Amino acid sequence: MSVNGPSVPRPQPAAASTAATSAAGAAAGKTLAVGATSTQLRKAVVVGGNRIPFARTGGAYTKSSNQDMLTAALDGLIARFGLQDERIGEVAAGAVLKHSRDFNLTREAVLGSALSAETPAYDLQQACATGLETVLGLANKIKLGQIDSAIAAGVDSASDAPIAVSEGLREVLLDLNRAKTVSRKLQVLSRLRPKDLAPDAPNTGEPRTGLSMGEHQALTTAQWKITREAQDELAFNSHRNLAAAYDAGFFDDLLTPYRGLSRDSNLRADTSLEKLATLKPVFGKNLGAEATMTAGNSTPLTDGASTVLLASEEWADAHDLPKLATVVDGEAAAVDFVHGKDGLLMAPAFAVPRLLARHNLTLADFDFFEIHEAFAGTVLSTLAAWEDEEFGRTRLGLDGAFGSIDPTKLNVNGSSLAAGHPFAATGGRIVASLAKMLHTQGQVNGRPARGLVSICAAGGQGVVAILEAL
Amino acid sequence: MSDKYTQFVSHGLGRDIAKRLGLPQPVALRRYQPGRPLIDGPVLVQGSTGGADELAATLLAWNLDVRRHAIPKEKLGAIILVLDELAHPGDLEKPVLSAATSLRDLAPNGRVITMSRTADSATEPAAAAARQGVDGLLRSLAKELRAGATGNGIVLADGARTTSPGTLGALRFFLSGRSAFVDGQFLTVSSGAGQLPEDVEKPLAGKVAVVTGAARGIGAAIARTLYRDGATLILVDIPAAGDHLAEVANEVHGTALQLDISRIDAGQRIIDHAAARHGRLDIVIHNAGITRDKLLANMDAGRWNSVIAVNIAAQLRINEALLASEQFRDSPRIVSVASTSGIAGNRGQTNYAASKAGVIGMVRATAPLIGERGGSINAVAPGFIETEMTARIPFATREVARRLNSLQQGGQPGDVAEAIAFLASDAAGGISGEVLRVCGQNLVGA
Repeated sequence: MSVNGPSVPRPQPAAASTAATSAAGAAAGKTLAVGATSTQLRKAVVVGGNRIPFARTGGAYTKSSNQDMLTAALDGLIARFGLQDERIGEVAAGAVLKHSRDFNLTREAVLGSALSAETPAYDLQQACATGLETVLGLANKIKLGQIDSAIAAGVDSASDAPIAVSEGLREVLLDLNRAKTVSRKLQVLSRLRPKDLAPDAPNTGEPRTGLSMGEHQALTTAQWKITREAQDELAFNSHRNLAAAYDAGFFDDLLTPYRGLSRDSNLRADTSLEKLATLKPVFGKNLGAEATMTAGNSTPLTDGASTVLLASEEWADAHDLPKLATVVDGEAAAVDFVHGKDGLLMAPAFAVPRLLARHNLTLADFDFFEIHEAFAGTVLSTLAAWEDEEFGRTRLGLDGAFGSIDPTKLNVNGSSLAAGHPFAATGGRIVASLAKMLHTQGQVNGRPARGLVSICAAGGQGVVAILEAL
Repeated sequence: MSDKYTQFVSHGLGRDIAKRLGLPQPVALRRYQPGRPLIDGPVLVQGSTGGADELAATLLAWNLDVRRHAIPKEKLGAIILVLDELAHPGDLEKPVLSAATSLRDLAPNGRVITMSRTADSATEPAAAAARQGVDGLLRSLAKELRAGATGNGIVLADGARTTSPGTLGALRFFLSGRSAFVDGQFLTVSSGAGQLPEDVEKPLAGKVAVVTGAARGIGAAIARTLYRDGATLILVDIPAAGDHLAEVANEVHGTALQLDISRIDAGQRIIDHAAARHGRLDIVIHNAGITRDKLLANMDAGRWNSVIAVNIAAQLRINEALLASEQFRDSPRIVSVASTSGIAGNRGQTNYAASKAGVIGMVRATAPLIGERGGSINAVAPGFIETEMTARIPFATREVARRLNSLQQGGQPGDVAEAIAFLASDAAGGISGEVLRVCGQNLVGA
């Protein structure tokens, strides 16, 4: 075991694996016991999903609150699957940018929806991984038999973001409330300074480094020597794939229009590599090296909501509902970006090898890769790390590089660069879309089609998951 | 979509002014409400044939207040004129003039319903003349009725009797508030097929129904009406209308299927959805339609083709899939929305009228095909209906359009929905290939 970083057990590849992965030789590697208890667990299946189109911040949903959007996404899901007045086992959702009044956001959205008012709900928050983590947590409850049905969801509005009062004003107001006499109240008020009146707006900066997410990624992008051309190409593919998916009707049963929008407003179906190449860099301009990250290959701030209906097989059958895919397993990881050991958004580079090792799988065993495009550089840095022998040996504890993926299997119906990224809603978007793709694909080489989800998150975290076709 | 004029002339000063000036005096129509009686007041069954006797006995069994002879000055809920044995136009005199003496006793929102035989099936010219005579008689009488009263006719083909399920189903429909905006119309009962419901308030119980174009307007009203009548609903509309569709679906406890019906695989997608979610499909309501109005001289291919594609080509393709499907074999019912534009024509709507007249042709030709599997297909042709679409017509044009019928007002989306719900029910099983106008007896057209 390496002492240098998060180590992973070595995968035991399937016999037929002719993977384009250099980890393929590690047959003698150590694996975790898998299946010891899983035979007693039920399957958690993805029945389907619903989201509202994602809107660029300041656009169509400017006047919509998180609760409005989450309720709309829930109601669309309820309508699609006929869940009116149904008591769902549990609903979990979250938002990254959250008003303090939304302490019970999910339950309030449930109460405003067409679900039974007896449906319990809880809020969850894990930055951009929120949506995927609701899927994993609820899937686990279903597997354990605690619940039979669940809705995993996420929502975010950067338009309707909370603005807090300054720390100085907040302290004064709290003391004022505690002051009993007029003279004491005046005394407290006299502490106010003009600078205390400036509101404290939210930002995407990391509290421990002060750097924005984009500046953090710029460091990583430069470290892994990701070119501007490669990033622009990934962005171009995202837009092209998403536009094609819309044209093919792929989203007809995954999305319900909202506030006049029936497609993601960030989608530029007519974009081109030439157009993307004209954009000026916005991050990493002070790194010395050439700045490569533009508004075109970074996701914009976005508003939106997504939902995923999960169930046990029995519940889905009893309700005559489809079973698209199973939620096989998930894994979270975190990196020490504070001391610069790894890039802020590199946690999935560790989570995926650990998860695959647990299931004796390699990257070659997957038919679809859904790697969240926080920035084109994030996806490309992760892939570069997996292909790097040094990284594989020293950071993943493998014999060599972890492996590479077939780029034609990556984000085949577009991802966040084109759709946008309302933080907590991205996980639900990906899981529902991937489940549909897997179901359509069915069997591959005599085994169920398999998909990998990877989502990076603020705070140096990442959550990844495996889904399999049903 | 409120008709302020009708509200104004219904009470006090407004009523007096309208009367003095000879202005139209529309009244609030009696509309169906679950739990209310089929009709208020006694029902006079006029006619001395065996068919009339049998019918009177049946109505008595429904606990209606049946009269075989009018009591002068007694207000009547309905007059049923049974003319099922006419051999010569001279035979009309006695029953018709007897009924005439009772017309002044007909209550507001009352009903006159004729029951006669198809002229086409008469072998003698004199019998055909008498039977066809009922057509002119009823249509003229309907124009003479006032205060929300309507006149409609049931025409019996050779295989149908005055007490056949289809006849009684049509009779219940015409007597009830479900037919509020149907006036001066005939329904032909072509066979003894069909079945009256066990529960008259849930005639569609146990049925799985698809409604296309269900996100708003008449489609949403159809969804609500079928739900009220007991059906389980699958609501279809284009993906871009999905938010409204979801709202309606959640209201009627149905499922929303976002689907462009002009897609080549739309029929199969509908069948698959119904089979997977409900294991069956009983009723399909083709309501989705678009208008792209332009004078023909200014018509372009885009406007022409899109209207034909959505309004008729899609229905033809979906019906083909339905008729080939194993899922659609148990007394299947199809009801299409046509339009009075397709019957009488409408300036600026050559494309729309061609498509809607096409619907009528399709329905007639499909009737024998669906009849082979015990099903039926019919069309409903709405006249001026108060919808978001007609609310956009300029005020003066709209005001004229909505008064140009015997009831002197526009219909409600629910009126169209009621006619569709009836034709989708097993009570209408003996009725197929028919076009029922819901137009308040519009003065334009047939």
